[in-house]
Amino acid sequence: MTHLNTWLRAAAMTGALAASVGVAEAKTQITWWHAMEGELGGKLEEIVKKYNASQDQYEVVPTYKGTYPETMTAAIAAFRAGQQPDIVQVFEVGTGTMMAAKGAIYPVYQLMQDAGANFDPKGFLSAVVGYYTDADGNMLSMPFNSSTPILYYNKDVFKKAGLDPEQPPKTWGDVEAFSKTIMDSGAAKCGFTTGWISWVQLENFSAWHNQPIGTEQNGIGGMDARLTVNGPVQVKHWENLKKWQESGLFQYGGPVGGPDAPPKFYSQTCAMYMNSSASRASVMNNAKDFKVGFGMLPYYDDVEGAPQNSIIGGATLWVLQGKPKDDYKGVADFFAFLSSPEIQAEWHQFSGYLPITRAAYELGQTQGYYEKNPGSDVGIKQITLHEPTENSKGLRFGNYVQVRDVIDQEFQALLSGQKTAQQALDSVVSRGNALIEQFQQANE
Amino acid sequence: MQTKRTVFGNCVLPYLLLLPQLAVTMVFFIWPAGQAVWQSFLQQDPFGLRTSFVWFRNYERLFHDPNYLNALGVTVVFSISVAVLSLGLGLILAVAVDRLVKTRLYSALIVWPYAVAPAVGGVLWWFMANPTIGVVPYLLRLVGYDWNHALSPTDAMIFVVVASSWKQISYNFLFFVAGLQAIPGSLREAAAIDGAGPVKRFFTITVPLLSPTSFFLLVVNTVYALFDTFPVIDATTKGNPQQSTTTLVYKVYQDGFIALDLGSSAAQSVILMLIVVLLTVVQFRWVERRVQY
Repeated sequence: MTHLNTWLRAAAMTGALAASVGVAEAKTQITWWHAMEGELGGKLEEIVKKYNASQDQYEVVPTYKGTYPETMTAAIAAFRAGQQPDIVQVFEVGTGTMMAAKGAIYPVYQLMQDAGANFDPKGFLSAVVGYYTDADGNMLSMPFNSSTPILYYNKDVFKKAGLDPEQPPKTWGDVEAFSKTIMDSGAAKCGFTTGWISWVQLENFSAWHNQPIGTEQNGIGGMDARLTVNGPVQVKHWENLKKWQESGLFQYGGPVGGPDAPPKFYSQTCAMYMNSSASRASVMNNAKDFKVGFGMLPYYDDVEGAPQNSIIGGATLWVLQGKPKDDYKGVADFFAFLSSPEIQAEWHQFSGYLPITRAAYELGQTQGYYEKNPGSDVGIKQITLHEPTENSKGLRFGNYVQVRDVIDQEFQALLSGQKTAQQALDSVVSRGNALIEQFQQANE
Repeated sequence: MQTKRTVFGNCVLPYLLLLPQLAVTMVFFIWPAGQAVWQSFLQQDPFGLRTSFVWFRNYERLFHDPNYLNALGVTVVFSISVAVLSLGLGLILAVAVDRLVKTRLYSALIVWPYAVAPAVGGVLWWFMANPTIGVVPYLLRLVGYDWNHALSPTDAMIFVVVASSWKQISYNFLFFVAGLQAIPGSLREAAAIDGAGPVKRFFTITVPLLSPTSFFLLVVNTVYALFDTFPVIDATTKGNPQQSTTTLVYKVYQDGFIALDLGSSAAQSVILMLIVVLLTVVQFRWVERRVQY
């Protein structure tokens, strides 16, 4: 289906191209490959239409290329064949790969400078851009859709179980106690589930507890960084997850994004659910029979420094080298449009992604959006809770797409009883480091 | 015995006639295969900006990689299971049609799954076996088995084997029916008159006379299990859990297209190519000798 879609779009694009060649003074075409499907893709196209109508020099042509990995690999393959798009949307774990490709990418700070565009990198939220800047603080890609995991809970089930529906759990102790109450009272079959084991229950968990994910500021400092996620805090948490899974408090939602987790929450099987703040739109759509509450991620209150701040996920826009100069002027102009407070606020409020700039957040506040939509600012409060430390700025490792797979595999080994939490996390570190080392060798 | 030899007066014509076939082989097989071999000696970053020639390091790395050896084992178990299951069931159904149920409707229905695209078939099975919403785990729970292919490697293997065989059974069935119908009834009758029971007749008359079909199907099924099952695995388990369903082909895809490690991926496809060459040689040299045409 995806392929058919791509084909149809490609055919439509070729048609459009042929038509525009006929016009004497054709607009400069800017191609943008993205991975936003469904409602988000529709919104993205709406924003592009708005831009195309706002001026008559450039025309941005968005193309849906499938999932995040598919989009990224398509762009890389296209680059090798000399057919690359101007802009490609790459998810956060692809950051290490993109950054290392010095001759292939056009850093955004340089692009904006060269084009003389009106652009203030300081207006962006530091918790967001920190992930995408080089060692000197230069912005390499354009943040577009960033989110952070938060906690969703079923208020009706909380009420039925005799809990205060306005009080989300604060600590993991609360999560355990609440889950037991819920299950004992028969209000729901399971306490909680989660999407993204790797992103939520390991990476964000570590940042939230101010524990290092790797050396060299989680890899931001350099390519010789190695993983260190087998610390006592993480081990304790995975041990607990295993224990809670055995007693039914926690239900596993599957690898990668955890495709089975959302149905468990929507069907009221599980009372609590941790996932991206950008899941908000789907949660609201699917939670027809019950009221949804929002909370920050739980933490262990006996860990010093917790809660710190959570880190982001999502994607940024990378500009690829090798296109005509006119294209890049258009890209700069389009990026200035994309980061304007109005567009940012519109995108953020529609999707549940974080507002990327301070101005967009403030605009939402003056519009009264957050009062009208309680819970919609949990994510932003959470990433800005404290000034990020070396452990909570983000993470950046090569081959990280595969490292994420390793995390899923080891978590499965833990749940199926083949490994203890310590063994599983030790294995994450050793297998992950082998992949990271291999990336370092290929790129030095 | 006389062999008839045709002598072409024109030296160019035969080559001209062969040319289209050679060109297709060249463009679609030799050239990409050659590129894969070349790529397997290189280590490259995803964008192809830095390339270094590393001799056999990609291969060396593979044979020190427990995941690769694991994938090799998985592939052996998977391929044999798929071949046995789909050939066995195909034969049983074909014999049933040949001897018991002679309606065409029944045969037509059995052939249906073959018309389903592998990816669609995979999604259907994904729905049916989904631990949360699927009907299969629900039924199994009634008899006391807690099915969860998202966590249990055994369940996952059974799952992909069944899903992959399902489609192939129709194909095997079709060929077996044709093969069975080609066996002259008089042979079986003669055996029956000589006093051979149905089981004896099946093993002494039917099986040997069916061997050309069986041999052909064995080759086709091996290739199917090795290569064509990719969409089913991608749509159902994606190689999970703990790589218990990551076959060699799936690993080539994962390492090459997801992880962008082209050198390793190329080395893996070269090894895979060698395995297929080896299997084909074995099948034609040793298995075919025992086939009675």
